[in-house]
Amino acid sequence: MEKFTRLQSKAVPLPISDVDTDQIIPARFLKATNKIGFGENLFRDWRYLNDTEPNKEFVLNNPKYSGSILVAGANFGCGSSREHAAWAIEDYGFKVVISSFFADIFKGNALNNGILAIQIDQHELNSILQKLEADPEIIIEVDLEAQKCTVPVLGIESSFEIDPYKKYCLLNGFDDIDFLLSKKTEINKFEKK
Amino acid sequence: MGKTLFDKVWDAHIVDTIQDGPQILYIDQHLIHEVTSPQAFAELEEKGIDMARTDKTVATADHNVPTINQHLSIKDALSRKQVDTLTKNCEKFGVTLYGLGHPYQGIIHVMSPELGITQPGMTMVCGDSHTSTHGAFGTIAFGIGTSQVAQVFASQCVLINKPKTMRITVSGKLGHNVGPKDVILYIIAQLGTNAGTGFFVEYAGNVFEDMTMEGRMTVCNMSIEMGARGGMIAPDQTTFSYVKNREFAPKGEAWDQKLAYWKTLHSEKDATFDKEIHFDAADIAPMITYGTNPGMGMALDAKIPAAKNETEVKALEYMGFNAGEELLGKTINYVFIGSCTNSRIEDFRTVASYIKGKRKANNVNALVVPGSQKVAAQIQNEGLNQIFEEAGFEIRQSGCSACLGMNEDKIPANEYCVSTSNRNFEGRQGPGARTLLASPLIAAMTAVEGKITSLH
Repeated sequence: MEKFTRLQSKAVPLPISDVDTDQIIPARFLKATNKIGFGENLFRDWRYLNDTEPNKEFVLNNPKYSGSILVAGANFGCGSSREHAAWAIEDYGFKVVISSFFADIFKGNALNNGILAIQIDQHELNSILQKLEADPEIIIEVDLEAQKCTVPVLGIESSFEIDPYKKYCLLNGFDDIDFLLSKKTEINKFEKK
Repeated sequence: MGKTLFDKVWDAHIVDTIQDGPQILYIDQHLIHEVTSPQAFAELEEKGIDMARTDKTVATADHNVPTINQHLSIKDALSRKQVDTLTKNCEKFGVTLYGLGHPYQGIIHVMSPELGITQPGMTMVCGDSHTSTHGAFGTIAFGIGTSQVAQVFASQCVLINKPKTMRITVSGKLGHNVGPKDVILYIIAQLGTNAGTGFFVEYAGNVFEDMTMEGRMTVCNMSIEMGARGGMIAPDQTTFSYVKNREFAPKGEAWDQKLAYWKTLHSEKDATFDKEIHFDAADIAPMITYGTNPGMGMALDAKIPAAKNETEVKALEYMGFNAGEELLGKTINYVFIGSCTNSRIEDFRTVASYIKGKRKANNVNALVVPGSQKVAAQIQNEGLNQIFEEAGFEIRQSGCSACLGMNEDKIPANEYCVSTSNRNFEGRQGPGARTLLASPLIAAMTAVEGKITSLH
């Protein structure tokens, strides 16, 4: 897994709440047996009309918006446990998702793929979304070590929470699997109980 | 202070606790399928790791399989490759597979309970959010991502922070024609799609105590639709009778020992929960959804409420509905009876007893998809297939089918489908498809009438 320390980037607004993982990546694109190329179908049914023609109304097709931060409405990533949703977001080029609320499984999947899911206050989220709509150029700064998400132009300096263990993993690029393998003795002992 | 059911099962499976971090939870049973396992097997191979406990892992092919002509090679090349990859991986690593053609094959959350693999007091995971289904047996069962599937392969454990506990009590007498699906759709409509996030739910009260195991599975299955990682019901005589004598249930002395332990699995009287919610059974009517998340549900004969926010406005637009209108009288061309929520024998008995001697309306395509080969066989043995055929319903072979728009079974764009599945998300049943979630009884009635009709 890639290390994450800090990021300064423009952002893409998605002011919709309850974005489910079926929207992030529809099931018909889950047939691959590797993790490659899911970004192409990220938000497929919102991005394309009739599955082929780009939907000009959708933010990912708006040339004004770019950057590696996605700012989305509350309860992002609800529904199916498909990790393909996190792979699609990562493959498209997002490194951070900011929302006021994340579904449990998605949040875990994101962190396991080096994507930082940052939960901020609903009012702050609303002002960032509003500002982004008016000005696609605004910069958001994320500092994982300090657990700070800053939007200088709005004067927002928001602290976010992250499990200390997960923070350590992201900062160092460590996987859970390595950690669990280091606990084999304890696990074997538990099995013998 | 006494422990909750959840605490009892959780605490019995903790290997270790990381300071300021998650806990290491031991997993008794890992279920896998073709869609969320290939990348996890690949990770093992990349890292040169072997599987820790193949004896605690069982596989089936369900999401990406056709429900017609299963004896033939799968037509779609990508689907075929995915199913073949599962077979190869299971052979290579030594995992038991009940694949296509096997008499045990089926939707993983239908197959595992009916074989007695699911047992009270277990911890169970699967790369599928509806793993919550198994909570009906008093197990801690929840969905995981593929990275975690690899972790369980490698260590038989997951790293997880202990969720908070919530008890949802429903007591009183359910009305006529109100079943388990209505109860859970009502709960989700009342609480919303994220009320359960961060929680593990225990369902309590006489309404759940009186339910069959099939009904309890329908309820626990949809726990994830309110954001809860899982939901569970204390095991009782109904549970024990269901598990007893099934293929993989403990037998003889082992059964007696397990049973004695299972009988201790209930929340103590003085146990406290982080959140307690009560509902009166009498308030629950037959339910239907009108929007694009399972929380957008209402009584079958109610009027669509006004949109509360932009997202709900978008949902009504997608569905082609207006606030204030009724669903009664809406023409419906597709009816799907199946999925891990409602594809067990009891569901098909309910449907068969309603449609016996009736015929589906001409405009309706009614699809009946058994949850497993065993359910399909039971449908035959009980003669229900004849009732379905005479009523013009099409019976398919077992699989996830039109629940998720992944395999060949899809609902066409802009068409409405009254479905017994669990998700009405945009495009869930196929691009542009519009899903209305309901019970098997309402689905059957819709198929016969060709439109949404009141039960009265």
